[in-house]
Amino acid sequence: MIFPSLIGSAFQALRANALRTFLTMLGMMIGVAAVILMLAIGEGAKAMVNQAIESMGSNLFIILSGASTSGGARVAVGSRPTLTYDDAQAIRKLPLVREAAPVVPGSAQIVYGNVNWSTSVFGVTPEYLTVRNWEIESGGFFTESEVRSGARVAVIGRVVARELFGDEDPVGKIIRIKRSPFQVIGVLSEKGQSLDGRDQDDTVMVPLTSAQQKLFGTPFPGAVRFIMAQGESERVMDAAEENITSLLRMRHRIGKGEENDFTVRNLAASAQAQAMATNVMSYLLGAIAAVSLLVGGIGIMNIMLVSVTERTREIGIRMAIGARRSDILWQFLIEALTVSVMGCLIGIILGVGGALLVEKMAGLTVVVSVSSLMMATGVALAVGLFFGFYPARRAAGLDPIEALRTQ
Amino acid sequence: MIKTTGLAKDYVTGAGAFHALRGVDVSIDPGEFVAVMGPSGSGKSTFMNLLGCLDKPSAGHYHLAGRAVSEMRPDELAAVRNKLIGFVFQGFNLLPRLSVLDNVALPMLYAGAGHAKRRARAQALLKRVSLDGKTHQMPNQLSGGQQQRVAIARALVNQPQLILADEPTGNLDSETSHEVMNLFTELNRDEGITLVLVTHEMDIAAFARRRIRFLDGKVVEDTGVAA
Repeated sequence: MIFPSLIGSAFQALRANALRTFLTMLGMMIGVAAVILMLAIGEGAKAMVNQAIESMGSNLFIILSGASTSGGARVAVGSRPTLTYDDAQAIRKLPLVREAAPVVPGSAQIVYGNVNWSTSVFGVTPEYLTVRNWEIESGGFFTESEVRSGARVAVIGRVVARELFGDEDPVGKIIRIKRSPFQVIGVLSEKGQSLDGRDQDDTVMVPLTSAQQKLFGTPFPGAVRFIMAQGESERVMDAAEENITSLLRMRHRIGKGEENDFTVRNLAASAQAQAMATNVMSYLLGAIAAVSLLVGGIGIMNIMLVSVTERTREIGIRMAIGARRSDILWQFLIEALTVSVMGCLIGIILGVGGALLVEKMAGLTVVVSVSSLMMATGVALAVGLFFGFYPARRAAGLDPIEALRTQ
Repeated sequence: MIKTTGLAKDYVTGAGAFHALRGVDVSIDPGEFVAVMGPSGSGKSTFMNLLGCLDKPSAGHYHLAGRAVSEMRPDELAAVRNKLIGFVFQGFNLLPRLSVLDNVALPMLYAGAGHAKRRARAQALLKRVSLDGKTHQMPNQLSGGQQQRVAIARALVNQPQLILADEPTGNLDSETSHEVMNLFTELNRDEGITLVLVTHEMDIAAFARRRIRFLDGKVVEDTGVAA
């Protein structure tokens, strides 16, 4: 019965000192807004990484030519082609490997009519789609026999389709890759950004042999730049890596104690490392923002202490006419809570608004989660209670006679 | 109504113990109108604070309306102040940010009364002290005499049996003083409210039917009801 009146009188007291109340609230507002904004940015980064990991394909290995260690004067990873199409076929047959796809990458200018576009061109086999968990949007993909015969067919990504063809249907059209004519037989579905920020839809795929022979001539016939392999499941990744390593060592006739001439990388592991890094970043951002909430809380305590001192006489009068200590305690506690809750609400509006602004202006992905709103509100309430309690208890502990005597 | 036996109050100061009240035995019946007099430092303010349950005695006993107040806990004392006693101060002691109506209704809030009930009762009392036109004004918009009448309405709002007035006319001119005193006299005569009033002025004390004079923490004169 007394609480609605207490909230009313809290507003009254806070209005009486509007500027001071606003400044006190400001600390809370900034704190809550900072927490929400930082969490939104952190969550956004996490969502982006997760999406990139998903688009990459799951349980992936990338097998590169060359040694991973670079002691002495060894050649860098991938610089000397030691991997072949046959290596990829052998890896495919390993029981712990679901699929493997050899890749010959390069970049080329593509021309259609009078439009041209420079993009990355991948020479691949049909298994590549499976490994990368990629779909065909329209048309189809080239077949095993087209790979064997070195057919001049191409499957293009969404960006290339848009840039070269606009609204036209690309399937069936002839494009020129490095001046060689290729027929477009399919368009890939949208994939988005990769972990390193490349647009994966800005790509063209041609049969592996076509790339080797017609586009990116190499002094090492049959060599591929890298092989992408997919493990059977997440649990067997380490064993699969060992199997691939020993298989390739055997195939490449590498003796005991000699160094590998290839490198196997577990992409899932490095993606997880990156996800962890974003996690750590979002915790850090949140922690920094939480400090500003704490500072806001101390501001509330400061002002409430001043307020109690200023209103000592009022407290004395209230006690004389029958206020219990608990009534006084609640009065000041509710004032502190009102400041923190209002600051929190405005802070939420500012934080969410700021997050949307960041998304628009900086192009970052931001995710405002309900849990971050609830956390910010909870912390603001706790801060209000914690820092409001001491001044309120001081008010309630005043001696009525002393309080009445104060001018 | 009031019965004190051997009531004493000591204050510990830097210079040692100060005996503000040294064993006071006073008995006041319901419906009495008592003036408490004495120079400053005589102990009359300490006595009033004890009567008003704002302070606890160092020794002795105090019974108010048959209840042993000197043995009560702080929350019980707050309830006694709220329901049994009405205070009227020299400086009016209205809350400056509350309207006249809210000031009068405030003790009922602490008594736990509902909003509608508080308003109705406060309205009625403001009418009783002839201020029903000022309900929504702020205290500082009123004259001293009007503010004191608001304070009296507030003191009456929970229907107390006792009103303690600490130099209620100290800040008023003689004409308004007499108006306020007439109001007190009416309340005492018509509603049987026990009145204890501290004053320096003889003409104000003359409104009362009994005078108690303090000096050095003791009662040195008690005229009894007959006066």
